[in-house]
Amino acid sequence: MAATEKLRAAAHAAMTFQRPVRTAVGHWLADRASQYPATRIGSILLGCMMLASCHEGVLDPHGPVGQVERVILYDATTIMLAVVIPVILLTLAFAWWFRSGNRRATYRPDWEYSGRIELIIWAIPALVILFLGGIAWISSHDLDPPKPLESAKTPLEVEVVSLDWRWLFIYPRERIATVNYLVVPAGTPVHFRLTSTSVMNSFFIPQLGSQIYTMPGMTTQLNLQADTPGAYPGLSAQFSGPGFADMQFTLRAESGDNFTNWVAQVHERSAVLDEATFTQLIRPTRGASELTFGSVPDDPFDMVAHGHLATLWSPKEAL
Amino acid sequence: MLGRLSWSAIPFDQPIIMGTCAVVGLVLLAIFILVTLKGWWPYLWREWITSVDHKHIGVMYMILGLVMLVRGFSDAIMMRTQQALAAGHAAGYLPPEHFDQIFSAHGTIMIFFVAMPFVIGLMNFALPLQLGVRDVAFPRLNSVSLWLTAAGVLLVNLSLFVGEFARTGWLAYPPLSELAYSPGVGVDYYLWSLQLSGLGTLLSGINLTTTILKLRAPGMGYKRMPVFCWTALASNLLIVAAFPVLTATFAMLLLDRYCGFHFFTNDLGGNPMMYVNLIWIWGHPEVYILILPAFGVFSEVVATFSGKPLFGYRSMVLATMAICVLSFFVWLHHFFTMGAGADINAFFGIATMIIAVPTGVKVFNWLFTLYGGRVQFTVPIYWTLGFIVTFVIGGMTGVLMAIPPADFVLHNSLFLIAHFHNVAIGGVVFGVMAGMNYWFPKAFGFKLNERLGKAVFWCWFIGFYLAFMPLYALGLMGATRRMQHYPNTHWQPLMLVALAGAVLILFGIALTVVQIAVSIRQRQANRDRTGDPWNARTLEWSIPSPPPAWNFTRLPNVERTDAYWHMKEEGVSRRELAGSFPDLHIPRNTPVGVFLAFFAVILGFALIWRIDWLAAIGLVGAVAVALWESWKTDLEVRVPSQEVAAFERAHAPLVHDVPSVELETVVSGAGS
Repeated sequence: MAATEKLRAAAHAAMTFQRPVRTAVGHWLADRASQYPATRIGSILLGCMMLASCHEGVLDPHGPVGQVERVILYDATTIMLAVVIPVILLTLAFAWWFRSGNRRATYRPDWEYSGRIELIIWAIPALVILFLGGIAWISSHDLDPPKPLESAKTPLEVEVVSLDWRWLFIYPRERIATVNYLVVPAGTPVHFRLTSTSVMNSFFIPQLGSQIYTMPGMTTQLNLQADTPGAYPGLSAQFSGPGFADMQFTLRAESGDNFTNWVAQVHERSAVLDEATFTQLIRPTRGASELTFGSVPDDPFDMVAHGHLATLWSPKEAL
Repeated sequence: MLGRLSWSAIPFDQPIIMGTCAVVGLVLLAIFILVTLKGWWPYLWREWITSVDHKHIGVMYMILGLVMLVRGFSDAIMMRTQQALAAGHAAGYLPPEHFDQIFSAHGTIMIFFVAMPFVIGLMNFALPLQLGVRDVAFPRLNSVSLWLTAAGVLLVNLSLFVGEFARTGWLAYPPLSELAYSPGVGVDYYLWSLQLSGLGTLLSGINLTTTILKLRAPGMGYKRMPVFCWTALASNLLIVAAFPVLTATFAMLLLDRYCGFHFFTNDLGGNPMMYVNLIWIWGHPEVYILILPAFGVFSEVVATFSGKPLFGYRSMVLATMAICVLSFFVWLHHFFTMGAGADINAFFGIATMIIAVPTGVKVFNWLFTLYGGRVQFTVPIYWTLGFIVTFVIGGMTGVLMAIPPADFVLHNSLFLIAHFHNVAIGGVVFGVMAGMNYWFPKAFGFKLNERLGKAVFWCWFIGFYLAFMPLYALGLMGATRRMQHYPNTHWQPLMLVALAGAVLILFGIALTVVQIAVSIRQRQANRDRTGDPWNARTLEWSIPSPPPAWNFTRLPNVERTDAYWHMKEEGVSRRELAGSFPDLHIPRNTPVGVFLAFFAVILGFALIWRIDWLAAIGLVGAVAVALWESWKTDLEVRVPSQEVAAFERAHAPLVHDVPSVELETVVSGAGS
């Protein structure tokens, strides 16, 4: 995990370095925008792109997994750009210099082989791939989704069931459940076990990092952590039928005390996730709202994961 | 009596579909009336529909691809419009039921009915000419392949007007594609149209592989084959190895849907992930089936228009065959997020990256072919340069996603969509366009309009960047694919830019049609009487354009690579007029392909709608046609020597007897 720690430190350094630059460019854009309408449209677009890369999505990670993954994205891209940019420039330069009209260029109509160049052109991609292959091997093992995160705190256990078309989150220790949102303590690892009642989905919170499939009759595992309190949008990243676009949820990270308070509040709720309620939940529903269950007398997760509570639906009948 | 078919199958309540239906109907009717009034039916039947000439079949594949490009692109622009509108609380103009069909149809059509016909069309046309032979190994089978593909096309298009198409995505992952979740006929349309066209593709793969392995001009050893032939060999070997997997996988899904089997169901021991593995064991080689021939086209184009042999021929061949083999060891990278474990993910990730090595070598080889050349900025070289610049970016994002943890945040996102369009458009489409502009004068005897060709290029090139660079950014913002609407309004401006890019590509497609029409009108001005308009290097340019049905009156004797270039250098007259010519035998035309396809469409349609008696008619008819053809013995037509001699005399003025200015400079340059 030492390598991961180093990468994480690098990630923090990169973030703090970017902030002032971003602001400066933002000011410049705002100034320009007030001058010309065309620039204004351009700057809005550019601004959106910058906003995009900085304030949401996978380039704005708020947890250790996402931070390391961002470092991998940046590092791998930089390494490859070191080859890709020269290749693009050389292509354009060679084509231009050796254009048929340029009599200063030497025409070598029979030149078709050079052992030295051959060696180099096999070596360059091979070296790049050797390096990236190392990154792939190490990071695959460091960031394997079932692998627990390094932390002094005991992970929070959450069971995720993808329904049509909403997300059910069960807290097996607290014996509470929520739909389309979940609350976790910031700075504490969360261990997810995931399955699906009918078709495949993919559980993904871009700002926290790795996604993983939810599959009927199977269980996958994922470990994530939110470092700072906040609301992080989540979604399904695997198409699952007509209600797919509505499979949005929010992960709310709260500081430790607030999380304990939240759990206590939920326990006071009267709504119960029992078999009857669950049977209602698994019926195809679009654009469903958030629900909270104060008690879960009988955790349905293992039944679903073993394929015993699989639902069958057809879009025509259901909707 | 009619199974599940009833009037309710026709979506009368959908104005978009009914409008399309009316327009397509009117266009077809207009074409029918025009052909009938002009009396073109006998000509079409004789020269095209029943033709077993690989050149005509190749051209028909290209036309099929072009027509379906318009269909597939209509889907694309509808999707882009929907996503440009449906931000925040807006619903857009397409309900999910319709939107889901559109993205499924878009992917299916673009891969199976645009890219495949284009690539197979180019190979069909150019391979036998480059190999210096008179036809493919199995000319009748070639016609069957074409028409089975056309049968698949017809079924896919029927789904628009009668019933529905799949709403499952272009690979129809179960359990969503199982009867339990997709009870309609959409998935059946998908499966049967791809079974028919897949069979056609497999037969075509067998045919072209055999052609390359068994039929080559005297002296053309493997080490003297043009690189396009090598890439075609790799591509067709992949077809032969991979398409049976696709057919078997679909057969299992069909058994699930029709006979209550449980290969991929959630219950009774079925496993949907098995399908996902199997489909990608076909699906990843499929990527290389499409891109390798495009690499071959670029290799030919860059050498021809640089006036130089391809740099590093042996490296190029080695790289091609390495990609061919490695492509079978990477399929799992399409679903790293399944949770297979670190070792498995790392293995497939690294295997995927290794493919970047031979691919990188290819790029460098093209680069050094330009070096020291005399590059003529023709339309094909525009596409080639555009390809290199674009493809290395797509390759880079591909390698990025081969790192499993990077894929964990990019999988299924719009970043992925941008990546594979980057290589599919920047690689396959650009390659096909280069090949089309390159070989068009060979096929028809006149060049395509250069100015319009360049306009087409710029529309596609800029359009591509406008349409897909925003998708890279959107993917990083967390936008996933196949969303009918999305809550985050920050995504909308970039979606609008992407739409603008799609509109620019629309102009590119429209201009392609204009380019072809204008070129046909100006054909006298653009006529090429030499047969070698580009001062090219390979054997197809040594014969007149368009070539006669028998291609080569005398089979050329090949002594080295770039055979024709060296013939020109050595001043060998490529068309010596001999005193006498032998009788030639060419394969006889046959309607077996079109009849087989006719019954195959009936069979497919009847199975989709569960009309048993009609299915029986279709099956019996298809088998009967095949048997009837099998018992034929009179398979060849004699071309009398007088006809051969007359053709040769008519094309007597030779390019080498009167060297062009360009050729002179080349020869003198070669001497210095």
